[in-house]
Amino acid sequence: MAEDKTEESQPNRRRQFLTALTSAVGVAGAGAMMVPLVASMSPSARARAAGAPVEVDISELREGRMMVVEWRGKPVWIVRRSEKMLADLTEIRDQLADPDSTVEQQPAYAANDHRSIRPEILVLLGVCTHLGCAPTKKFERGVASGVSADWRGGFFCPCHGSRFDLAGRVFKNAPAPTNLEVPPHSFVTDNRILIGLDSEETV
Amino acid sequence: MSKFMTWIDERFPLTKVWQEHMAQYYAPKNFNFWYYFGSLALLVLVLQIVTGILLTMHYKPDSTLAFASVEYIMRDVPGGWFIRYLHSVGSSMFFVIVYLHMFRGLMYGSHREPRELIWLIGVVIYVALMAEAFFGYLLPWGNMSYWGAQVIISLFGAIPWIGEALAEWIRGDFVISDATLNRFFAFHVILLPLLLAALVYLHIVALHKVGSNNPDGIEIKKNKDKDGKPLDGIPFHPYYTVKDVFGVAVLMMVYLAIVFFVPELDGWFLEKDNFVPADILQTPPDIVPLWYLTPYYSILRAVTFEWLPGGAKLWGVLAMGFAIVLLFFLPWLDRSPVKSIRYRGWMFKTMLMLFAVNFVMLGYLGTVNPGHVDLIWFKNVTWAQIGLVVYFAFFLLMPIYTKLDRNKPEPDRVTDK
Repeated sequence: MAEDKTEESQPNRRRQFLTALTSAVGVAGAGAMMVPLVASMSPSARARAAGAPVEVDISELREGRMMVVEWRGKPVWIVRRSEKMLADLTEIRDQLADPDSTVEQQPAYAANDHRSIRPEILVLLGVCTHLGCAPTKKFERGVASGVSADWRGGFFCPCHGSRFDLAGRVFKNAPAPTNLEVPPHSFVTDNRILIGLDSEETV
Repeated sequence: MSKFMTWIDERFPLTKVWQEHMAQYYAPKNFNFWYYFGSLALLVLVLQIVTGILLTMHYKPDSTLAFASVEYIMRDVPGGWFIRYLHSVGSSMFFVIVYLHMFRGLMYGSHREPRELIWLIGVVIYVALMAEAFFGYLLPWGNMSYWGAQVIISLFGAIPWIGEALAEWIRGDFVISDATLNRFFAFHVILLPLLLAALVYLHIVALHKVGSNNPDGIEIKKNKDKDGKPLDGIPFHPYYTVKDVFGVAVLMMVYLAIVFFVPELDGWFLEKDNFVPADILQTPPDIVPLWYLTPYYSILRAVTFEWLPGGAKLWGVLAMGFAIVLLFFLPWLDRSPVKSIRYRGWMFKTMLMLFAVNFVMLGYLGTVNPGHVDLIWFKNVTWAQIGLVVYFAFFLLMPIYTKLDRNKPEPDRVTDK
């Protein structure tokens, strides 16, 4: 009896092993096949090339004004802030969620009080950190801005009402979780900014 | 003719299928108004596919051409406006019908044993339909299309670690762009219609295996005559085919009245901001999805508690996802010994009505600014938070209140009410 059993189960076990092996190879093959298919949906070479750094001339940008350039299909704001605007930044500190820019929403060289390399030149990604809307600029002070009576200028997101100051720092009690992002940027000359590349990387 | 049929039947089970699924498929004789919506949903699916095919003949899935090609359809293509409005109004009609169809299931216990799989396949259809609608909404490349997609895809960015990479993979770019439009077109016209067709087929196969439920929530297969036919069943054809044709006529009257007279339904079926081409520098004043997705959008926006670990945004996304996932567990959350609302106690009746009113309220709140006061007493966001609690309470407390409820005895045979 015992002999019969082994004779019967031997080819059976082999068959089971072969079935399992074939299935495993099939699954591995199908999995490997998925890799190029899934990868084809990633950003293409052209889309990556369009993400290359953009050089901007700011010689025409006057004090208190803002210009918008496109980088990686996103709006980048460049603001030349006045002395008064810079002075306001320190006065509203206690109304802000993260006045010291502790959350990494900026390169190390912009993690300062004015969130920029040169105090007057602010470079920001114009994309709300809440759900990606485009905030609007509200540079007028007070009631004229339509934001609040004690408004000292900044940005306002119309989607869900997040408010940001003139360094892109988010006010307390706003839906946006973090300050606006400062993109990597560097000065090529005094009046030319390279957006998308740190100065360290340039070297 | 009969010779021809014999020739066919020897090669393909045509007569057999016809008998099994139409002429000798016994459906309960006590179907009421609520039993129109299954066949109407099927009709709208077919109409959407037909109008969709016609639209693809003129539409261009290219970010520089898309908006203009839709306007071209509206102005220059013969009857193009009619096809386009049938399609855009059709999506809203689809959801009206599907919501009523699902509510029917909840009322009469159609999700209960032995119909759990029908319910599960149905929920998958519902999710696929939401995806289909979302992908389709980007195609006109209007400003609301663009920003709606921007907001929804950035929700994936809230997922820890892989979020940003996943959002990039879905978009095929760092922002919503031509690549995104092109792939959404592929999803909308190939992937999801194929899936939907397959799922609807499975939904009906599963239904015909166990047979339809009915307003009394009792099994007609328990009482059969000597030939094995259910005593309370009548053949689907001609009884319910004729009934359904009447339903189709009424639906078409409503549907076409909207298409001809109020195709945009004052911004409810086609949003005003979508008549402006997509502008990456200009957000519409209020970004809201179309009405059929707003209950979940409301749940997303109701989570504003920054003290939650990981932040409010992540928990909002989780709450929205969980709200949909709960639907899959419904057959096992419901512990009542009876199926139909006719024989349930006051607790289930109250909870179901509360849930329905609450779902409509959440839907409304998703279309208005959270900071304003549009209902009485509180800001909209507070109402949405109450709505979120009610939504989850309906499901999560269901094992308790369906157990405690004092039900009435079910009859042996269906009643004619």
